[in-house]
Amino acid sequence: MELRIEREGTGVALRLPANEQALVRSLAADLVETLGEAPADPSLRRLTPPAYDDDADEKGYREIMGAELMNGRVQALELLAATAGHERLSGEEAEAWLRALNDLRLVLGTRLDVQEGSLLDGIDSDDPDAAGLAVYAYLSWLQEQLVEALSPD
Amino acid sequence: MTTAAPVEVEQPRSADDFDLDRPWIVIVWNDPINLMSYVTLVFQKLFGYTRARATQLMLQVHNEGKAVVSSGTREKAEHDVSRLHAHGLWATMRQD
Repeated sequence: MELRIEREGTGVALRLPANEQALVRSLAADLVETLGEAPADPSLRRLTPPAYDDDADEKGYREIMGAELMNGRVQALELLAATAGHERLSGEEAEAWLRALNDLRLVLGTRLDVQEGSLLDGIDSDDPDAAGLAVYAYLSWLQEQLVEALSPD
Repeated sequence: MTTAAPVEVEQPRSADDFDLDRPWIVIVWNDPINLMSYVTLVFQKLFGYTRARATQLMLQVHNEGKAVVSSGTREKAEHDVSRLHAHGLWATMRQD
């Protein structure tokens, strides 16, 4: 399959077909909505691991960092949706894509209860989660290309 | 000369006395979702590690379940943890 993301100068070249643009826009919009309307949804738990064992310390950390981390996530997802049809991303935009794609994978992977090596044998079309796993595999494929494009030599 | 009562020698310091000196460590834990290549890139980007060092730490996380990726004052550790959290890594901190 033709690569979608490749290094170009200080940013990356991007070429998502229209159907893939629509998919990532819709996934990003869904996650932004969940973050806003159902922040206690169990599928979001991997986005907010505790920093501290101690409850009081953890509460303090959340009070200081919680909103900033959440705003960063929403901004990156919105940027992903807004630039899905672009032909290139600046270095800064590509960094936002990196975090947004990863957040989409974390939430979908949590919903699907993905384990290490889950997709090594491919996807069984009889699996009720087949469609979700296919989307997860697609996001992972994009993420690998973006990581490769952004990794320093 | 007489034998004076021994001058009180310095008592062993209690654990609390060390609290301000003991560094905080930042630990990254293994998870089944984050890509190995992504974790390596995040370590390079956030901490300025070489690819070799970042790969070594990533493999330690992968094979042993966790690795200490940075250490320092509580403020520094909290800053590092928050940047790891912003990148979706499962990071915690504790005093060493």
